[in-house]
Amino acid sequence: MNYRSSFFILTCIGFGFAFLYIPILSMVVFSFNASKLVTVWDGAHSPTLKWYYALLNNEEILDAAWISLKVAVINATGSVILGTLAGFGLARFSQFRGRFTLNAMTTAPLVMPEVITGLSLLLLFVALEQFIGWPAGRGITTMTISHMTFSMAYVTVIVNSRLASFDTALEEAAMDLGARPFKVFFVITLPIILPAILSGWLLAFTLSWDDLVISSFTSGPGSSTLPMVVFSKVRLGVSPEINVLATLTLTVVTTMIVGVSIWMARRAKLDKAAA
Amino acid sequence: MALPYLWLLLFFVVPFVIVLKISFSDIDLAIPPYKPLLEWVGKHSLAIKLNFDNYAFLFTDALYLRAFANSIKVAFLSTLMCLVIGYPMAYGIARAKPAARNVLLLLVILPFWTSLLLRVYAWIGLLKANGVINNVLLSLGIIHEPLTMLYTPFAMYVGIVYSYLPFLILPLYANLEKMDWQLLEAAEDLGCRPWQAFYKITLPLSRNGILAGSMLVFIPAVGEFVIPALLGGPNALMIGRVLWDEFFSNRAWPVASAVAILLLILLVPFMMWYQSVQARESAGAR
Repeated sequence: MNYRSSFFILTCIGFGFAFLYIPILSMVVFSFNASKLVTVWDGAHSPTLKWYYALLNNEEILDAAWISLKVAVINATGSVILGTLAGFGLARFSQFRGRFTLNAMTTAPLVMPEVITGLSLLLLFVALEQFIGWPAGRGITTMTISHMTFSMAYVTVIVNSRLASFDTALEEAAMDLGARPFKVFFVITLPIILPAILSGWLLAFTLSWDDLVISSFTSGPGSSTLPMVVFSKVRLGVSPEINVLATLTLTVVTTMIVGVSIWMARRAKLDKAAA
Repeated sequence: MALPYLWLLLFFVVPFVIVLKISFSDIDLAIPPYKPLLEWVGKHSLAIKLNFDNYAFLFTDALYLRAFANSIKVAFLSTLMCLVIGYPMAYGIARAKPAARNVLLLLVILPFWTSLLLRVYAWIGLLKANGVINNVLLSLGIIHEPLTMLYTPFAMYVGIVYSYLPFLILPLYANLEKMDWQLLEAAEDLGCRPWQAFYKITLPLSRNGILAGSMLVFIPAVGEFVIPALLGGPNALMIGRVLWDEFFSNRAWPVASAVAILLLILLVPFMMWYQSVQARESAGAR
């Protein structure tokens, strides 16, 4: 690669990352701003933590965060189980009835516009309630089911691609040595795909935690999630507390992602050393 | 395997059947706000009443067709802009040293893990009349009065491109990473100029990555709701927003369902295309 083209590429990367990070950094900076005008820096009283106190005493936001947390944890756990099963089936069994349908059903939610998914799930819940009386009303249960439906698609893709890049020889060897399929799955396959399952869990958690549209359709009275509260606040204009929320989210996400990447890099090294 | 299969059948496929059904129902002032399709008339006869009014309504009121056309236009142009910004980035990351590559990749993924809502919100603070961009430009003396950027189509495009950029970079990177760069050296040895080699080798070889990434941006962007609602202002006519308003503000569930069905018919070919690109890509990887 000659110097000129690499200079061009470096410029593009520089601008691209500036584009991606300036908005995020601006939220972090202004979360310490004393002024209620949010984007007008009040040099005399800043930096300050007063909006952090305000956020931590905002009951509406805390209640919503608690609901979001419950939904996200149940969703992540449930969709990891369903997604792992689906991903395993798709990767290890090349021929079975319904393979095509399963594949299509796990790809479509990845690109389906959220308004369609949200509307269709709500109409399903309404119809179910009419005919079998369950679910009675809408709330955490209906939201969790909805989130699981699209989250498991992501887990399936992650698990499937991890399994596809792994040789089946290990599993076959274990079976040749007399291990039952059930045991093979838990002793051989599961440890191999553990990183994929972990990233799947985290991704499913995040998808649920961040979801606004599908939650709005499928939630009921008194079960507003954090994004729903944020959305109604943001519609009225900028609010300093949202900057704080963004900064806290960013801190948690960054720590988590960096931690997991380091753990995975170490694991990969160990794998290599063992091979 | 049966469990996820049944789950998706019940919570992903059946709902569409219900949406289809309700799109043919009459609007009713009841809970739920639509009339049943099947009705007992007399003792032993069941009548099906399909009502095409909701669809006819969508085709006669120019608002809906304009919203559809505008959504496609916005999604298409946003995809194009994502490609212009994202391709060089994916290319640069794929050609970086392995250590730098992981860090750069992490930097692309990080925003994707941070709430979309919060990232869109960040742009309100940047773009509004007394926002960061205007303040910087004013204090540098480049402009003398604040530019109107928030609640314009410009803001909406920025928001969409910004939010969907990682979705384009990641599959494109995954594709470019597998590229055999010696092909480029060979082409240059044989007298190709760098841009010629790029045009003749890199670009065609990354076709699947371009298509997969573009589809991941285009399809959801057509139905996008949050970004036009927060950045686009009251006149930003996007079909996702129309559906939302029909449902939440007008409580016209059958009309909202008809909108959803039309949107789905429009997008299914693209989804199938996406799936076949993905299948080709993973077949090529093995």
